[in-house]
Amino acid sequence: MRLKMQQTEFLNLVMPFKDKLFRLAKRLLVSREEAEDATQEILMKLWSKNKKMEGYNNVEAFAMTMTKNFCLDRLKSRQAGNLKLVHSNYTDNDSSLDKKLEATDSVSWVQKIMEELPEQQKMVLQLRDVEQYEYDEISEMLEMKPTAVRVALSRARKTVREELTKKHNYGIG
Amino acid sequence: MESDKIEKLLEKYFEATTTASEETTLRTYFSQEQVAEHLEQYTPMFRYFSKEREERFTKEVLEPKTGTSRRMWYSWISAAAIVLLLVGAYFNTSSSSGTLEDEYTQAEIAAAQEALSLLSINFSKGAGQIVYLEEFEKNTNRFLDNGQKSP
Repeated sequence: MRLKMQQTEFLNLVMPFKDKLFRLAKRLLVSREEAEDATQEILMKLWSKNKKMEGYNNVEAFAMTMTKNFCLDRLKSRQAGNLKLVHSNYTDNDSSLDKKLEATDSVSWVQKIMEELPEQQKMVLQLRDVEQYEYDEISEMLEMKPTAVRVALSRARKTVREELTKKHNYGIG
Repeated sequence: MESDKIEKLLEKYFEATTTASEETTLRTYFSQEQVAEHLEQYTPMFRYFSKEREERFTKEVLEPKTGTSRRMWYSWISAAAIVLLLVGAYFNTSSSSGTLEDEYTQAEIAAAQEALSLLSINFSKGAGQIVYLEEFEKNTNRFLDNGQKSP
């Protein structure tokens, strides 16, 4: 009975931001399955710390930082080659078809352009332009100085603009 | 007149000096049907951001994750590899008393060789996955530690 209570409380606690965790994970890991897996693991970790978390005034920022660290670690081990097997398991069969369909749509160019950005710029752009967080929140979540957040954001936005203009001028699509 | 204002905002936007409400103005402007022609190239950007915000996490929040079963699977592979290794070692030592041909038929030897080569293939697969597991644990613990310290 008590456990049920705690679960409900926990669900209410994470409900407002679980989608944001997932979207950040997906931005970094790209694959939907992998991002879902990561989000579930992060939420389980949060759940296991549920009691201790009452002291935190900003659980959301804490969870976002967890997500960032978790995904960056995954990317690192993937790069080291240890996750090759797991990664190939995750690529779903129809993703290439999806990509072909999407490529006809100029909005999804932006997605491709974002995939090419350095991780930090990706995250800053995600947190500001998609999630609409304030600068100081982003700097807390990403453990970056506020000025560094602005610099990365400006660079990311300009790169997206540049690449879009290129595509626009070539008239692809 | 409106596009003048939007141009100014765009300039600030690319320098990352816009406020949240100014960015809302931009998103609203680019979500409408009529966008000034010379600004049209920015439309996909703002529409994409708005679209991305719609994405939802649809899995259960508290559900035994698939990671657990995968991990179990790896431990079974490792266990099977060890058993095979012991069996292999047994055959290896017991045959050292005489020549192989004395004790076993050709078919038996061939079968044993095949089993041993399968063993070595599977064992290295299993071992590779153990490395991954260790790396995974290490990283998980590291991010947990980081997470605890930071905010």
